[in-house]
Amino acid sequence: MKKTTPRGDIIDALSLHDLCRFCGAEETWVIEMVDYGVLEPKGSVIEKWRFYGANIARAKKASRLKRDLGVNVAGVALILSLLEERDAIRRRLAHYEID
Amino acid sequence: MDYQDYYKIHGVVRTASAEGIKKAYRKNACKYHPDIRPGADVGAKFKDVNEAYEVLNDPEKRAAYDQFGQQPPRDGHYETPPAWDTDYSFSESWTAGGDQEFSDFFETLFRRQAQTAGATPRDSHARIQIDIEDAFRGANRTFSLRTPAVGPDGRVTKENHNYSVTIHKGISAGQHLCISGNGEIADNLFFEIAFAPHPVYRPEGRDLYIDLPITPWEAVLGGHAVMPTPDGRVDLRIPKNARSGQKLRLNGKGLPCAPAGDIYASLKIVNPPVLTAQKRALFEKLAKEFSFYPRAHLKGS
Repeated sequence: MKKTTPRGDIIDALSLHDLCRFCGAEETWVIEMVDYGVLEPKGSVIEKWRFYGANIARAKKASRLKRDLGVNVAGVALILSLLEERDAIRRRLAHYEID
Repeated sequence: MDYQDYYKIHGVVRTASAEGIKKAYRKNACKYHPDIRPGADVGAKFKDVNEAYEVLNDPEKRAAYDQFGQQPPRDGHYETPPAWDTDYSFSESWTAGGDQEFSDFFETLFRRQAQTAGATPRDSHARIQIDIEDAFRGANRTFSLRTPAVGPDGRVTKENHNYSVTIHKGISAGQHLCISGNGEIADNLFFEIAFAPHPVYRPEGRDLYIDLPITPWEAVLGGHAVMPTPDGRVDLRIPKNARSGQKLRLNGKGLPCAPAGDIYASLKIVNPPVLTAQKRALFEKLAKEFSFYPRAHLKGS
């Protein structure tokens, strides 16, 4: 077995270009996601946009939904907000089912 | 190698039209999409659905599958026909869903050529589960993944690789770690962090929720309760006349990121089992002394 030293950098503060590569998405699609409020980058102009933490995971999930199910931006926005709500409820439920 | 019945996976007949297959895929993709329905079984099902569609949606691959893969042997075992793949050439590059792993059956029938040097860089994604405690303290952990590797003949095979990963203190679920230039097919390997289910803590973003059982007298009189946190025990002050379900916040004791999250303890009043006449008498005395009626606001009672 190959010996390796532990590594792994946290992905954060991605530019529009880097986020697109990370998600395998088009820039126009990401810009539309921002217009819909699904993604909220910091920075006033597109060139200075930086995507942080949960937004990166959101973008990745959204791009999978688009790729696999052909959902449009409005649909992705709705699905993501309902999924987040459902996941929070699931976590609560799972906790009560432990007893 | 197990035979894959791609038609059965989509619930369509072998003579189904391209449109019929597309319809079935859309239905099944929604039904089994791992982002929509979490769970290991569903994830595996989605993989099958995708793999089946990859073949059935491509007229060339479908024809090849129909020719060679028509008769599943009785034991479900499948041998590749001799001189397979001399008639058909599948030299496609990795598809957009590059993070998907297909069955050995697929890989053998439609084995894909590896991308040659100079081709577009390719990233690989995987999800790893870590313990909440590791996110509090930071840790080094090893994860075993089945990843594609290029053989000497240029063919892609799956191999188990161990990746030693630094879990940064304060990392939270949904964040990604990048291992760049790992020397295999992928240029960058991204690990999405997920927390393993924990019997005590319920993470929500950077906050942790915990149900804290207290006695009826602790709830009434107030006092101190020792409570576990991933960082060690803390002393929690319970206010007088605490209610069941009341949330107490421990500022900055959640995930140690910047800014740190909080811990919310939700009080849960638990009755002691009363098994002796003497203890029962104590409660009878309470019942006599109090004229408390908690159901007054319920009409019709």
